[in-house]
Amino acid sequence: MITRTIFSGFGGQGVLLMGYVLSHGAMLKGVNVTYFPAYGAEMRGGTANCTVTISDRKIASPVASQPDILVAMNLPSLDKFGPTVVEKGLVFINSSLVNEEPPRDDVEVVKVPTLELANEVGSERAANMVMIGAVCAKSGLLSLKETIEGMKAALKAKEKFFDLNEKGIRRGFDFINQAR
Amino acid sequence: MSGEPALKYEKVFGRPESLKDNYTHYCPGCGHSIAHRLVAECIDELGLREKTIGVPPVGCAVLAYNYFNFDMIEAPHGRPLALATGIKRTVPDKFVFTYQGDGDLAAIGTAETIHAANRGERISTVFINNAIYGMTGGQMAPTTLLGQEATTTPGGRDARYHGQPIDISRMLAVCDGVVYIERCSLSGVKQIRSAKRAIKKAFRCQLDDLGFALVELLSPCPTNWKMSPKQAWEWVNKVMVNTYPLGVIKDTTGYED
Amino acid sequence: MLGEAAVLAGCRFYAGYPITPQNELPEYLSGRLPQVGGTFIQGESEIASINMIIGATAAGARAMTSSSSPGISLKQEGISYLAGMELPAVIANTMRGGPGLGNIAPSAADYFQATRGGGHGDYRTPVLAPSGCQELAEMTFLAFDIADKYRTPVMILGDGMMGQTMEPVVFPDPIDPKDLPRRDYILDGCKGREPRAIYSMILDINLMYQHNLKLLEKYEQITANETRWDTVGTDGAEIVVVAYGTAARIAESAIEELAGRGPKIGLFRPITLWPFPTKQLRSLSENVSKIAVFEFSAGQMLEDVIMSVGDRAEIYFYGVPGGIVPTPAEVAGFLSSVNSGDGKVGRRIEV
Ligand SMILES: Cc1ncc(C[n+]2csc(CCOP(=O)(O)OP(=O)(O)O)c2C)c(N)n1
Ligand code: SF4
Repeated sequence: MITRTIFSGFGGQGVLLMGYVLSHGAMLKGVNVTYFPAYGAEMRGGTANCTVTISDRKIASPVASQPDILVAMNLPSLDKFGPTVVEKGLVFINSSLVNEEPPRDDVEVVKVPTLELANEVGSERAANMVMIGAVCAKSGLLSLKETIEGMKAALKAKEKFFDLNEKGIRRGFDFINQAR
Repeated sequence: MSGEPALKYEKVFGRPESLKDNYTHYCPGCGHSIAHRLVAECIDELGLREKTIGVPPVGCAVLAYNYFNFDMIEAPHGRPLALATGIKRTVPDKFVFTYQGDGDLAAIGTAETIHAANRGERISTVFINNAIYGMTGGQMAPTTLLGQEATTTPGGRDARYHGQPIDISRMLAVCDGVVYIERCSLSGVKQIRSAKRAIKKAFRCQLDDLGFALVELLSPCPTNWKMSPKQAWEWVNKVMVNTYPLGVIKDTTGYED
Repeated sequence: MLGEAAVLAGCRFYAGYPITPQNELPEYLSGRLPQVGGTFIQGESEIASINMIIGATAAGARAMTSSSSPGISLKQEGISYLAGMELPAVIANTMRGGPGLGNIAPSAADYFQATRGGGHGDYRTPVLAPSGCQELAEMTFLAFDIADKYRTPVMILGDGMMGQTMEPVVFPDPIDPKDLPRRDYILDGCKGREPRAIYSMILDINLMYQHNLKLLEKYEQITANETRWDTVGTDGAEIVVVAYGTAARIAESAIEELAGRGPKIGLFRPITLWPFPTKQLRSLSENVSKIAVFEFSAGQMLEDVIMSVGDRAEIYFYGVPGGIVPTPAEVAGFLSSVNSGDGKVGRRIEV
């Protein structure tokens, strides 16, 4: 079983951190994982994306031709990666910013109003954590506990963010569970 | 009257232990041989031979490891102070010095020189300023005097055309990591004595962990100056010192001489 | 990652000059090396840094420097000196796009420079090309070991992707530098022994000749003992892909994507780029009909493949220069073209 996830959005939306949380969570869980960020010269203000591959077997390429899961935090990301998602794949859309949907009906679309939900738990800054919570809840890649552990491992010394981030992750899980 | 002979022999002068019993390849009247001897004497007198690592340059002194009787490593042209930094940081309890000509230290290696000095590396540098490229046959050095004829300054060095001679010792003096810089010459008995005193003092700076220290030695190159050894000494004393005045350039050691 | 591996491998001296995409390494070591009694220096240039390495290794430390393509060009003089003086050192190159200032994207265009010497003179540099984080960790140990064993500079050649990709890693057991065999040629003061000199200038042509022969013998030994490669599914394969580093991983996924459709495809991955596993590739090529070379460059390793394979099999090439990272699907497209001979992706190399 191999799952390739692309996180994409504007620099500053915490896109790389989402991938980082997932990677660390998966690593602590004991499965194989690769994390491949692409930002380079576009770091400030531009787009950023990262690919996280999780597998119970050896992972060859850290680059994904076709992601199983796309997390699109902005419209350019949806336009760029939407068409590459596998059939029956999952597309998470940050509906606080993106009204559009991918022009295909062979994928499952999950709209997450990240900003609104993050505000509920205290700050817009938790928007990416809401999203990663929703992604893990829906895909089953990580449990709630594993996601929170992953966040803590990814942020290491920045303990002052733990509390808000944890709330964001919980809100993301709740959001998916309520919808069920 | 006893039968004892009235004459008693006492050895008052010999080869320092830090010099090997080899003929040097230096030209007659060259300052390098004198400088080698002074360095060797200082190392002997301070008891440093067995803990010394010397770094000669690319230049006329490239073969110095054939003459010095302690550990030596050749550096690429201009890089002795970077290389010496690597040594000193790896074995801080050893005594590390570089021995460099003016092209090596003040042209191709300017960056390495300034930064090692500015870091205050605990290294001692013996800087041989002969105002010319000796090894390659007499081309202009960064230190060549205005008006001085080199093979690449036909008609003499022209400030507008070739640039001014560089006084790297004064430039280095502004670096905070530098504790001691003195300019001496190798062109007379008095001067040579003074040069030895300065070299020893520079070495002490390292032993006392004070910072970077350098002694510049105005050094005759009769061959490329196209002079006799005697003329070369006179030229240092009468001409060269006008551009490079002798004396202490920086001293924050607090040592009493 | 590489930084921690180096420290665990006993590296106690690092000097380097900042250049993207490998700044994580010096940044990490600047804090880590002092913790283990080592030294970190940000040199004033790549030239100064490699010379600091010469000094440190001559004084007995396991020493490393790192840079990316333009900076590695500046280090070539020093690498040549290390080879001439027979001093061990590890140089890590995280390649970027070029020539010139190029870009910071994950190109792999320094194969020629790394394997053909780069600097002046009759010498060789062992080049290790790991294809993932775990292998990078192990190769770091290996690099220091080969360097010490043969008294030679060793290069670790990675691409920008390897600099940024993260994977879990299990480090080999740490090495305490005190436990390493004492090198009997280092400079540490001549107490109780004859003074030593380390140099590379040998004016007597006969001595230089002897020195060159000695080096040559060493390079032959390295070739005999240290050549490394890996294969995946080459038994009974009709087509074999040759790729190294990250390109090999992408190729491996492409092969997986094609599994079950068309002929069997295997992967041959050189791990040492010099010495190149020439013999191994040659004997493999006796039994396959097509060799497909894939590189993040306009075609550099290709030349070693041609020299190894000759006309034993048809050779195809797909090179993506400039730092663009092809997806496994694109490489699969190349392999389909190799199979069908339609020439749509990549090209046939006439030998
Ligand atoms: C040979 C080489 N080494 C390193 C680099 C990487 N590099 C590019 S710019 C730079 C330093 C820039 O600093 P500065 O000159 O102070 O300019 P700033 O970006 O701070 O304005 C470095 C190290 C390079 N391009 N080439
Ligand atoms: S050329 Fe000049 S510096 Fe060189 S050895 Fe002869 S006199 Fe000395």
